[in-house]
Amino acid sequence: MATVELSFTPLPAHVRTARLVATAVARRSGVEESLLDEVRLAVGEACSRAVEAHRLHCPAEPVRIELSDRDGRFAVVVTDAVPGGADDAVDNQEARSPDSADVGAAHDAEDAGNAGDATAHGVGNAAVTAHVAVPPVLPAPSAAGDPAPREAAGRDAATGTSGSPPLGGRAGSDPPRGGRAAGARKKGGGGNGRLPAGIGLAVITGLADDVQIWATGDGISIRMSWPLQDLS
Amino acid sequence: MDLKLDHHTKDGNEVVDVEGEIDVYTAPRLRELLIELVNKGHFRLIVNMEKVEFLDSTGLGVLVGGLKRVRAHDGSLDLVCTQERILKIFRITGLTKVFGIHDTVDEAIEVRKAEK
Repeated sequence: MATVELSFTPLPAHVRTARLVATAVARRSGVEESLLDEVRLAVGEACSRAVEAHRLHCPAEPVRIELSDRDGRFAVVVTDAVPGGADDAVDNQEARSPDSADVGAAHDAEDAGNAGDATAHGVGNAAVTAHVAVPPVLPAPSAAGDPAPREAAGRDAATGTSGSPPLGGRAGSDPPRGGRAAGARKKGGGGNGRLPAGIGLAVITGLADDVQIWATGDGISIRMSWPLQDLS
Repeated sequence: MDLKLDHHTKDGNEVVDVEGEIDVYTAPRLRELLIELVNKGHFRLIVNMEKVEFLDSTGLGVLVGGLKRVRAHDGSLDLVCTQERILKIFRITGLTKVFGIHDTVDEAIEVRKAEK
Protein backbone atom coordinates (compact mmCIF):
# COMPACT_ATOMS: atom_id res chain seq x y z
CA MET A 1 0.00 0.00 0.00
CA ALA A 2 1.25 3.46 -0.79
CA THR A 3 2.46 5.73 1.95
CA VAL A 4 -0.27 7.72 3.63
CA GLU A 5 0.61 11.18 4.84
CA LEU A 6 -1.39 13.29 7.24
CA SER A 7 -0.78 16.76 8.56
CA PHE A 8 -2.97 18.56 11.03
CA THR A 9 -3.07 21.80 12.91
CA PRO A 10 -1.78 21.30 16.45
CA LEU A 11 -5.10 21.09 18.23
CA PRO A 12 -5.73 18.42 20.86
CA ALA A 13 -8.99 17.49 19.17
CA HIS A 14 -7.10 16.35 16.07
CA VAL A 15 -4.99 13.85 17.99
CA ARG A 16 -7.94 11.51 18.10
CA THR A 17 -8.34 11.83 14.35
CA ALA A 18 -4.68 10.95 13.90
CA ARG A 19 -5.10 7.89 16.12
CA LEU A 20 -8.11 6.73 14.16
CA VAL A 21 -6.40 7.19 10.80
CA ALA A 22 -3.26 5.40 11.97
CA THR A 23 -5.27 2.50 13.34
CA ALA A 24 -7.33 2.20 10.18
CA VAL A 25 -4.27 2.21 7.93
CA ALA A 26 -2.52 -0.26 10.21
CA ARG A 27 -5.45 -2.64 10.03
CA ARG A 28 -5.64 -2.33 6.27
CA SER A 29 -1.90 -2.87 5.98
CA GLY A 30 -2.14 -6.15 7.82
CA VAL A 31 -1.04 -5.39 11.37
CA GLU A 32 -2.30 -8.10 13.68
CA GLU A 33 -5.56 -7.20 15.36
CA SER A 34 -4.08 -7.66 18.83
CA LEU A 35 -1.45 -4.98 18.10
CA LEU A 36 -3.85 -2.30 16.92
CA ASP A 37 -4.45 -0.96 20.43
CA GLU A 38 -0.72 -0.50 20.79
CA VAL A 39 -0.51 1.35 17.49
CA ARG A 40 -3.36 3.58 18.56
CA LEU A 41 -1.83 4.40 21.93
CA ALA A 42 1.73 4.92 20.68
CA VAL A 43 0.63 7.18 17.83
CA GLY A 44 -1.55 9.11 20.25
CA GLU A 45 1.36 9.61 22.63
CA ALA A 46 3.66 10.83 19.87
CA CYS A 47 1.04 13.19 18.48
CA SER A 48 0.07 14.55 21.90
CA ARG A 49 3.69 15.33 22.58
CA ALA A 50 4.08 17.12 19.26
CA VAL A 51 0.83 19.05 19.64
CA GLU A 52 1.74 20.34 23.09
CA ALA A 53 5.08 21.61 21.80
CA HIS A 54 3.60 23.17 18.66
CA ARG A 55 0.96 25.00 20.65
CA LEU A 56 3.72 26.68 22.62
CA HIS A 57 6.20 27.45 19.90
CA CYS A 58 4.68 27.23 16.45
CA PRO A 59 0.88 26.95 16.55
CA ALA A 60 0.62 27.75 12.86
CA GLU A 61 2.81 24.83 11.85
CA PRO A 62 1.17 21.47 11.24
CA VAL A 63 2.20 18.21 12.86
CA ARG A 64 3.06 15.64 10.21
CA ILE A 65 2.48 11.90 10.21
CA GLU A 66 3.65 9.41 7.65
CA LEU A 67 2.26 5.90 7.56
CA SER A 68 3.81 3.23 5.40
CA ASP A 69 4.20 -0.50 5.09
CA ARG A 70 7.25 -2.02 3.54
CA ASP A 71 9.68 -4.80 4.26
CA GLY A 72 7.15 -6.59 6.37
CA ARG A 73 6.58 -3.77 8.82
CA PHE A 74 4.04 -1.03 9.35
CA ALA A 75 5.81 2.21 10.22
CA VAL A 76 4.56 5.50 11.61
CA VAL A 77 6.70 8.63 11.66
CA VAL A 78 5.46 11.60 13.67
CA THR A 79 7.38 14.79 13.01
CA ASP A 80 7.18 18.04 14.91
CA ALA A 81 8.57 21.41 13.92
CA VAL A 82 10.00 22.51 17.24
CA PRO A 83 13.76 23.02 17.03
CA GLY A 84 15.50 21.89 20.16
CA GLY A 85 13.07 19.14 20.97
CA ALA A 86 9.41 18.97 21.82
CA ASP A 87 10.04 17.57 25.27
CA ASP A 88 12.17 20.52 26.23
CA ALA A 89 9.34 22.75 25.14
CA VAL A 90 6.78 20.80 27.13
CA ASP A 91 9.06 20.71 30.13
CA ASN A 92 9.40 24.45 29.98
CA GLN A 93 5.66 24.82 29.76
CA GLU A 94 5.15 22.69 32.82
CA ALA A 95 7.69 24.73 34.69
CA ARG A 96 5.72 27.86 33.95
CA SER A 97 2.23 26.51 34.25
CA PRO A 98 0.43 27.38 37.48
CA ASP A 99 -1.43 24.10 37.11
CA SER A 100 1.72 22.08 36.78
CA ALA A 101 1.00 20.47 40.11
CA ASP A 102 -1.83 18.61 38.42
CA VAL A 103 0.54 16.44 36.50
CA GLY A 104 2.97 16.23 39.30
CA ALA A 105 3.83 14.40 42.35
CA ALA A 106 3.50 10.73 41.90
CA HIS A 107 5.69 10.60 44.94
CA ASP A 108 5.57 6.88 45.16
CA ALA A 109 6.28 6.50 41.50
CA GLU A 110 9.16 8.91 41.79
CA ASP A 111 10.50 7.04 44.75
CA ALA A 112 10.29 3.82 42.88
CA GLY A 113 11.46 5.28 39.62
CA ASN A 114 14.76 5.08 37.88
CA ALA A 115 16.41 7.47 35.52
CA GLY A 116 17.51 6.04 32.25
CA ASP A 117 19.51 7.34 29.37
CA ALA A 118 18.36 6.33 25.98
CA THR A 119 20.11 7.38 22.85
CA ALA A 120 18.48 7.36 19.50
CA HIS A 121 20.70 7.64 16.52
CA GLY A 122 19.61 10.08 13.87
CA VAL A 123 19.42 9.21 10.26
CA GLY A 124 20.19 12.83 9.57
CA ASN A 125 23.21 14.65 10.80
CA ALA A 126 22.54 14.57 14.49
CA ALA A 127 22.05 12.16 17.30
CA VAL A 128 19.52 12.81 20.00
CA THR A 129 19.95 11.78 23.56
CA ALA A 130 16.82 11.53 25.60
CA HIS A 131 17.31 11.35 29.33
CA VAL A 132 14.01 9.99 30.44
CA ALA A 133 13.19 9.42 34.06
CA VAL A 134 10.42 6.90 34.24
CA PRO A 135 8.96 4.66 36.88
CA PRO A 136 10.10 1.09 36.56
CA VAL A 137 8.23 -1.36 34.45
CA LEU A 138 6.79 -4.08 36.53
CA PRO A 139 8.38 -7.44 36.00
CA ALA A 140 6.77 -9.71 33.48
CA PRO A 141 3.57 -7.88 32.59
CA SER A 142 0.92 -10.45 32.06
CA ALA A 143 -0.71 -8.69 29.14
CA ALA A 144 -1.71 -11.20 26.55
CA GLY A 145 -0.07 -10.65 23.22
CA ASP A 146 2.70 -8.58 24.71
CA PRO A 147 5.76 -10.21 23.30
CA ALA A 148 9.06 -10.18 25.03
CA PRO A 149 10.90 -7.74 22.75
CA ARG A 150 8.59 -4.92 23.66
CA GLU A 151 8.82 -5.68 27.35
CA ALA A 152 12.55 -5.72 27.09
CA ALA A 153 12.58 -2.38 25.34
CA GLY A 154 10.48 -0.86 28.10
CA ARG A 155 12.67 -2.23 30.84
CA ASP A 156 15.79 -1.03 29.18
CA ALA A 157 14.38 2.41 28.71
CA ALA A 158 13.38 2.47 32.34
CA THR A 159 16.54 1.24 33.87
CA GLY A 160 19.11 2.55 31.47
CA THR A 161 20.98 -0.66 31.93
CA SER A 162 24.47 -0.50 30.58
CA GLY A 163 24.64 -2.24 27.28
CA SER A 164 20.94 -2.09 26.74
CA PRO A 165 19.74 -1.17 23.29
CA PRO A 166 19.16 2.52 22.75
CA LEU A 167 15.76 4.02 22.38
CA GLY A 168 14.89 2.58 19.06
CA GLY A 169 17.12 -0.39 19.22
CA ARG A 170 19.83 1.04 17.05
CA ALA A 171 23.46 1.15 17.93
CA GLY A 172 23.55 4.13 20.19
CA SER A 173 26.82 4.05 22.01
CA ASP A 174 28.11 7.08 20.21
CA PRO A 175 27.91 10.30 22.14
CA PRO A 176 25.61 13.02 20.91
CA ARG A 177 27.13 15.17 18.25
CA GLY A 178 26.75 18.82 17.53
CA GLY A 179 24.76 21.64 19.02
CA ARG A 180 21.38 20.26 18.12
CA ALA A 181 22.02 17.10 20.00
CA ALA A 182 22.84 19.11 23.06
CA GLY A 183 19.77 21.24 22.54
CA ALA A 184 17.60 18.20 22.16
CA ARG A 185 18.81 16.62 25.34
CA LYS A 186 15.97 16.55 27.76
CA LYS A 187 15.79 15.91 31.39
CA GLY A 188 12.53 14.45 32.52
CA GLY A 189 11.17 13.95 35.97
CA GLY A 190 13.57 15.69 38.22
CA GLY A 191 13.24 15.72 41.92
CA ASN A 192 10.24 17.96 42.29
CA GLY A 193 7.70 15.20 42.20
CA ARG A 194 6.31 15.86 38.74
CA LEU A 195 5.16 13.06 36.53
CA PRO A 196 8.04 12.97 34.07
CA ALA A 197 7.30 14.74 30.80
CA GLY A 198 9.13 11.89 29.08
CA ILE A 199 6.54 9.44 30.29
CA GLY A 200 4.94 9.58 26.84
CA LEU A 201 8.20 8.40 25.28
CA ALA A 202 8.46 5.68 27.89
CA VAL A 203 4.99 4.50 26.96
CA ILE A 204 5.91 4.48 23.29
CA THR A 205 9.02 2.42 23.89
CA GLY A 206 6.96 0.07 26.00
CA LEU A 207 4.51 -0.45 23.17
CA ALA A 208 6.45 -0.55 19.94
CA ASP A 209 9.30 -3.00 19.55
CA ASP A 210 11.14 -0.62 17.24
CA VAL A 211 11.35 3.08 18.07
CA GLN A 212 13.77 5.58 16.60
CA ILE A 213 14.08 9.26 17.38
CA TRP A 214 16.12 11.73 15.41
CA ALA A 215 16.51 15.43 14.83
CA THR A 216 15.40 16.77 11.50
CA GLY A 217 16.43 20.19 10.29
CA ASP A 218 13.37 21.72 11.94
CA GLY A 219 12.35 19.46 14.77
CA ILE A 220 12.16 15.89 15.99
CA SER A 221 10.85 12.78 14.30
CA ILE A 222 9.69 9.67 16.11
CA ARG A 223 9.47 6.50 14.07
CA MET A 224 7.62 3.48 15.41
CA SER A 225 7.00 0.24 13.62
CA TRP A 226 5.17 -3.03 14.07
CA PRO A 227 5.35 -6.33 12.19
CA LEU A 228 2.84 -7.16 9.51
CA GLN A 229 1.12 -10.50 9.44
CA ASP A 230 2.60 -13.01 7.06
CA LEU A 231 -0.33 -13.65 4.79
CA SER A 232 1.56 -15.88 2.39
CA MET B 1 -16.16 8.71 21.34
CA ASP B 2 -16.14 11.77 23.54
CA LEU B 3 -15.79 11.71 27.29
CA LYS B 4 -18.80 11.34 29.57
CA LEU B 5 -18.43 12.09 33.25
CA ASP B 6 -20.81 11.51 36.11
CA HIS B 7 -20.43 11.12 39.86
CA HIS B 8 -22.40 9.97 42.86
CA THR B 9 -21.85 9.26 46.52
CA LYS B 10 -21.67 5.70 47.81
CA ASP B 11 -20.84 4.72 51.38
CA GLY B 12 -19.00 7.94 51.99
CA ASN B 13 -16.97 7.72 48.82
CA GLU B 14 -17.43 9.87 45.74
CA VAL B 15 -17.59 7.58 42.73
CA VAL B 16 -16.63 9.18 39.42
CA ASP B 17 -17.97 7.27 36.43
CA VAL B 18 -15.89 7.85 33.33
CA GLU B 19 -16.95 6.73 29.87
CA GLY B 20 -15.17 7.22 26.57
CA GLU B 21 -11.67 8.38 25.73
CA ILE B 22 -9.27 10.18 28.08
CA ASP B 23 -6.65 11.93 26.00
CA VAL B 24 -4.98 15.29 25.50
CA TYR B 25 -8.30 16.73 24.31
CA THR B 26 -10.67 15.39 26.95
CA ALA B 27 -8.40 15.01 30.00
CA PRO B 28 -8.85 18.65 31.10
CA ARG B 29 -12.53 17.95 31.76
CA LEU B 30 -11.69 15.08 34.07
CA ARG B 31 -9.08 17.24 35.77
CA GLU B 32 -11.64 19.99 36.35
CA LEU B 33 -14.12 17.51 37.83
CA LEU B 34 -11.56 16.03 40.22
CA ILE B 35 -10.48 19.49 41.33
CA GLU B 36 -14.10 20.49 41.81
CA LEU B 37 -14.83 17.43 43.94
CA VAL B 38 -11.79 18.00 46.12
CA ASN B 39 -12.68 21.65 46.52
CA LYS B 40 -16.12 20.55 47.70
CA GLY B 41 -14.55 18.37 50.36
CA HIS B 42 -14.65 14.97 48.71
CA PHE B 43 -11.35 13.38 49.61
CA ARG B 44 -12.24 9.72 49.12
CA LEU B 45 -12.54 9.28 45.40
CA ILE B 46 -13.12 6.16 43.34
CA VAL B 47 -12.71 6.58 39.59
CA ASN B 48 -14.69 3.93 37.77
CA MET B 49 -12.92 3.34 34.47
CA GLU B 50 -14.84 0.28 33.35
CA LYS B 51 -16.28 2.18 30.37
CA VAL B 52 -13.08 3.97 29.41
CA GLU B 53 -12.11 3.06 25.87
CA PHE B 54 -8.80 4.87 25.67
CA LEU B 55 -6.32 6.29 28.17
CA ASP B 56 -2.99 7.94 27.41
CA SER B 57 -0.27 9.55 29.51
CA THR B 58 -2.21 12.81 29.64
CA GLY B 59 -4.97 10.95 31.42
CA LEU B 60 -2.46 9.33 33.73
CA GLY B 61 -1.19 12.78 34.63
CA VAL B 62 -4.69 13.89 35.56
CA LEU B 63 -5.21 10.84 37.77
CA VAL B 64 -1.86 11.37 39.46
CA GLY B 65 -2.77 15.02 39.98
CA GLY B 66 -6.05 13.96 41.58
CA LEU B 67 -4.23 11.51 43.81
CA LYS B 68 -1.90 14.23 44.96
CA ARG B 69 -4.78 16.53 45.81
CA VAL B 70 -6.70 14.00 47.89
CA ARG B 71 -3.56 12.80 49.65
CA ALA B 72 -2.95 16.37 50.76
CA HIS B 73 -6.14 15.89 52.77
CA ASP B 74 -5.29 12.36 53.91
CA GLY B 75 -7.73 11.09 51.33
CA SER B 76 -7.57 8.38 48.70
CA LEU B 77 -8.12 7.91 45.00
CA ASP B 78 -8.79 4.36 43.87
CA LEU B 79 -9.43 3.09 40.39
CA VAL B 80 -11.84 0.47 39.14
CA CYS B 81 -10.65 -1.17 35.97
CA THR B 82 -10.58 -4.67 34.58
CA GLN B 83 -9.83 -3.90 30.94
CA GLU B 84 -6.49 -5.28 29.94
CA ARG B 85 -5.77 -2.59 27.37
CA ILE B 86 -6.24 0.13 29.98
CA LEU B 87 -4.38 -1.76 32.70
CA LYS B 88 -1.46 -2.18 30.35
CA ILE B 89 -0.54 1.50 30.39
CA PHE B 90 -0.52 1.45 34.19
CA ARG B 91 1.85 -1.51 34.08
CA ILE B 92 4.15 0.05 31.51
CA THR B 93 4.51 3.19 33.59
CA GLY B 94 4.74 1.42 36.93
CA LEU B 95 1.70 3.25 38.25
CA THR B 96 0.10 0.02 39.43
CA LYS B 97 2.26 0.59 42.50
CA VAL B 98 0.78 4.03 43.04
CA PHE B 99 -2.92 3.44 42.58
CA GLY B 100 -5.19 0.93 44.19
CA ILE B 101 -6.82 -0.77 41.21
CA HIS B 102 -9.92 -2.84 41.85
CA ASP B 103 -12.33 -5.01 39.91
CA THR B 104 -15.49 -3.36 41.19
CA VAL B 105 -16.58 -0.23 43.01
CA ASP B 106 -17.81 -2.35 45.90
CA GLU B 107 -14.42 -4.01 46.19
CA ALA B 108 -12.71 -0.61 46.28
CA ILE B 109 -15.05 0.52 49.04
CA GLU B 110 -14.48 -2.66 51.04
CA VAL B 111 -10.72 -2.37 50.78
CA ARG B 112 -10.84 1.21 51.99
CA LYS B 113 -13.09 0.24 54.88
CA ALA B 114 -10.70 -2.51 55.88
CA GLU B 115 -7.78 -0.07 55.88
CA LYS B 116 -9.53 2.34 58.21
